[in-house]
Amino acid sequence: MAEQFVGKLSEFKDGDRRIVFVGDNEIGVFRHDGKFYAYSNYCLHQGGPACEGLTIAKVEERLRPDKTSEGLFFSDTEMHFVCPWHGYEYDMKTGECVSDRKLRLRSYKIVEKGDEVYVVA
Amino acid sequence: MDLLAERGRRVTVDELNTTRLLAHARKQAVQRKFDDVLIVDVDAHHYENEHYGEILPFMENEVLKQINMGGRAKGGRGTLVPTHAGFTQDMGGRVTRYPMRGTEKTEPGRHRDIQLGERWMDAMSVDYSCLFPTGMLNIGMHPQKEMEVDLCWAYNRWLTEKVLPESNNRFFSMLCIPFSDPEQSLRHVETFGDRKGVGGFMVTTVRNLQVNDNAYMKVYRAMEERGLVLSFHSGPNWSEPVFRACNRFLSVHALGFSFYNILHCTNWVINGMGERFPKLPVVWIESGLAWVPFLMQRLDHEYMMRPSEAPVLKKKPSDYMRDMYYSSQPMEIQDMAAMEQTFRMINAETQLLYSSDYPHWDFDLPSTIWDLPFVSEKAKHNILGGTAARLFKLPPRNAAQKANLQKFGNLVTA
Ligand code: FES
Repeated sequence: MAEQFVGKLSEFKDGDRRIVFVGDNEIGVFRHDGKFYAYSNYCLHQGGPACEGLTIAKVEERLRPDKTSEGLFFSDTEMHFVCPWHGYEYDMKTGECVSDRKLRLRSYKIVEKGDEVYVVA
Repeated sequence: MDLLAERGRRVTVDELNTTRLLAHARKQAVQRKFDDVLIVDVDAHHYENEHYGEILPFMENEVLKQINMGGRAKGGRGTLVPTHAGFTQDMGGRVTRYPMRGTEKTEPGRHRDIQLGERWMDAMSVDYSCLFPTGMLNIGMHPQKEMEVDLCWAYNRWLTEKVLPESNNRFFSMLCIPFSDPEQSLRHVETFGDRKGVGGFMVTTVRNLQVNDNAYMKVYRAMEERGLVLSFHSGPNWSEPVFRACNRFLSVHALGFSFYNILHCTNWVINGMGERFPKLPVVWIESGLAWVPFLMQRLDHEYMMRPSEAPVLKKKPSDYMRDMYYSSQPMEIQDMAAMEQTFRMINAETQLLYSSDYPHWDFDLPSTIWDLPFVSEKAKHNILGGTAARLFKLPPRNAAQKANLQKFGNLVTA
């Protein structure tokens, strides 16, 4: 396990992302709500660049107590990132595939050293 | 829209590049030595609707041509072929190549669609692609028969005269026929059937016509005599009365693509078309595979009780279905045991043809076939390209491919 430089903390705005190459591996590093998350950039579907697509809030369908639908809404709390090849959506905070949470992208640890951000891979 | 690519570099929307988007596909191809395997994609698409300016001048009828071209001069006409409200293949831009498509740069001098096609083919290590249109897949819903005929004619002339000749023989097509008009369909087969790059003809199946109608027999015979392939390309249709009950694109897409091929395959089989045209290869395209075992079981079950309604048949419906070919995409790989069963039931080793459907949203890479744990090496080679090489008479592109084709009995000698 080695620490790989990702970028300067001061240049890494909230909502930003970097793709880091570690040997033959690729890791997507996101900054979301002040926290860093790092996941394998290989989609669990067909191997697409899972971390290079849109980040977009989870879509929810709200049901009323009588079970009727109130319609579709964007979540206020849950952010997804979407593989651009076919649309598999992943939970930003866990790397789980939201359609089947048994599937989860490999995650990596992030360390901050002063103004520098590193991923441990 | 901002996207990020290699080493943290920010990529803006005007830099979409298919090669970069598919870098992981290339990696898979290298890992699996796909360049040594002849790979044929029997269902890839281009967006012909972006080239109407080139296509429409090939229309024959001056009045119909003027209606289409005159309207476009005033800022474009979105009504040349039927379109669908609610068809959000791109999922609100989540499938990024849709909103970014127009921003991809190509070099002057060669047709844009050929250059884009070569990018994805090279990424996936596909040697040959059967190029199909996108918007024209809805041509069967055009309310005017004569417009369907003339648009098919113009597209087929443009494709065979302007596009395919620039492809270094890597693209071929099964040309769209104006199925609403059997006489004109025959004229298409007679006119275009012998042209370079024409492997056969394609019927768009979003229609309510009977493929077993007597009027079509001469069309099928003309194809069979020429050694051409007949394919049926499916699609969804939210306007179909039964699908108006669907409230999500997912539902109408999942059902529609299978539904229309189920419908026409049923008529094809039950009316004994396999007996009438035993030498005509028939391919069912883009319905996935799960429907095939379903239909085999349904039709066999009914046929056993009602043979008097299918008197041309000399064997069970499923046997005729096993004589036909199926394109692989979109492979419903969710339950591996079910998939294995499907492969067994359709004789995948000899009847399944790999297809990507690229650049559409639910495309499949060659690895979807190659990585299946229950498929033999011979079957993998056959499905990815060997069987199609025999059907469309496609030669290997290097010595390793030649050796593999030879090894599995797929080498076509000129
Ligand atoms: S490869 Fe990521 S969604 Fe298919």
